[in-house]
Amino acid sequence: MELPFLTIKKAGELIKGKEISPVEITKALLKRIEEIDGDLNTYITVLGDSALESAERAEKEIAKGGYKGPLHGVPIALKDIFIMKDVPATCGSKMLENFIPPYSATVTQKLVDAGAVILGKNNMDEFAMGSSTETSYFGPTKNPWDTDRVPGGSSGGSAAATAASLCLGSVGTDTGGSIRQPASLCGVVGMKPTYGRVSRFGMIAFASSLDQAGPLTKTVEDSAILLNTIAGGDRRDSTCVEAPVPDYTQSLTEDLKGIKVGIPKEYFVDGMDPDVEDSAKQAIEVLRDLGAEIVEISLPHTEYAVLTYYIIAPSEASSNLARYDGVKYGYRASDTKNLIDMYKKTRAEGFGEEVKRRIMLGTYALSAGYYDAYYLKALQVRTLIKQDFDEAFKKVDAIVAPTSPETAFKIGEKTDDPIKMYLSDVLTIPCNIAGLPGISLPSGLSSTGLPIGIQVLARPFDEETMFRVAHAYEKNSGWSGKRPPV
Amino acid sequence: MKISKDDVIHVAELARLEFGEDEIQKFTDQLGNILEYIEKLSELDTEGVEPTSHVLDISTPLREDRVEEWITPEEALQNAPEREDDFFTVPKVIDD
Repeated sequence: MELPFLTIKKAGELIKGKEISPVEITKALLKRIEEIDGDLNTYITVLGDSALESAERAEKEIAKGGYKGPLHGVPIALKDIFIMKDVPATCGSKMLENFIPPYSATVTQKLVDAGAVILGKNNMDEFAMGSSTETSYFGPTKNPWDTDRVPGGSSGGSAAATAASLCLGSVGTDTGGSIRQPASLCGVVGMKPTYGRVSRFGMIAFASSLDQAGPLTKTVEDSAILLNTIAGGDRRDSTCVEAPVPDYTQSLTEDLKGIKVGIPKEYFVDGMDPDVEDSAKQAIEVLRDLGAEIVEISLPHTEYAVLTYYIIAPSEASSNLARYDGVKYGYRASDTKNLIDMYKKTRAEGFGEEVKRRIMLGTYALSAGYYDAYYLKALQVRTLIKQDFDEAFKKVDAIVAPTSPETAFKIGEKTDDPIKMYLSDVLTIPCNIAGLPGISLPSGLSSTGLPIGIQVLARPFDEETMFRVAHAYEKNSGWSGKRPPV
Repeated sequence: MKISKDDVIHVAELARLEFGEDEIQKFTDQLGNILEYIEKLSELDTEGVEPTSHVLDISTPLREDRVEEWITPEEALQNAPEREDDFFTVPKVIDD
């Protein structure tokens, strides 16, 4: 049995039945990381000793009859945006290269409390700003399907590590597609919960009204298992909703009778890779065969979502990133004349180019005289985009569309053209703008052998329907469980 | 709306960033292109549309104002770039 290739579900069952030990599987993953991650660069920090210690602890607890549940002893990774007490948290930035958090994020704590073994911290675009993991201060992550290509981003390290079986699953964040787009490009399952479903406490902030944490896994079932653990209210995040968390694994039936699935015509955009379009159309036929009623719908403001996003997200980022001033933690420039000079040099030297570009854009959009024309306008268009979805969900229970208009692109292909890079997220952004749950899962391979994904969106707090549609498709598509050649 | 080099210098000042001459030119061009692209939003009539700053319809939850155990002063200072005793230190605020 090759332990790194197990799903979370299977590993959990084998650990529970004492057929494999948490130490054994942790060692197997650490060995594989040692062997192949030098090239892929999916981890910024690997927790060798502490992962083994928690695996040993899990093993003893289980031996004594203290089994905690499906994540007990299961090795999981975290995007390096979630803080964990006493473990470096860089957020992919020079600014936080030496930052050691004195406490843990709620997501981290919930995984630790569930007995999961934290293997390490995954690479990411700097401060989650990017769609390719190329803006990381720690170098780009490579796509395990073709190492000349990007894994997508910003949770590219999490997606590539999951695809390459360097962890059994990872938790990432999605502000404009940062879980779903890399999941699509790496051939794994990536899920963004409803805004407010998962606590943002201890998750380094990018755009607070859009950021949401979610799992990257090999299967939809694994996604449901991880969401069961990380979801739920948190008094430390006032936007995290105190609503009951259902057992999401109960929604994984294979029958879609009575489910209405909307296909938004605006998501089949000009310039889309024909393989991606074909794959989505085949997926729709699979859903129809499973009993879903397919309905063509319109989300007329779709094309404006990316424009709205590139005002709202940089505006919120310019405010959130004001905290990096070299005073309390993080990088500080040396040889500075006075306080203001220290601020400027610290930020000029500590932030990378994309982060500066977004801070500049956000600061401009919020500055005197431009607020109404940019920020207020964007918030009004946000209402229109949300209303599109409200109307659609009067007619359908779920929406299915391609996740990304293209497959994985070449490293360096878009780095000189910010707008081209921003358009990578054209199909994932609307879901964030409206705060909906969405999941991307494999729907095929292109003629050149690269993964393609489709996404399933549902009403706010109806992750159950989203999982149900995704799971039924996954079990019947023939595209689940494909592994890259690493 | 085209952005000028002076605008970029002004915004950099507001954002406490510093750029070399080459970077200012590059950012002027790139931000100009992005703003031009975003300009497409103005074709939408949003007269009377309520802005959505937040998707959730929730009010700010309140709790009792009570002292709780959290991190220690030493933990709060463990990442300080520079410190003196229990204080963060910064360069001079006012020039001589």
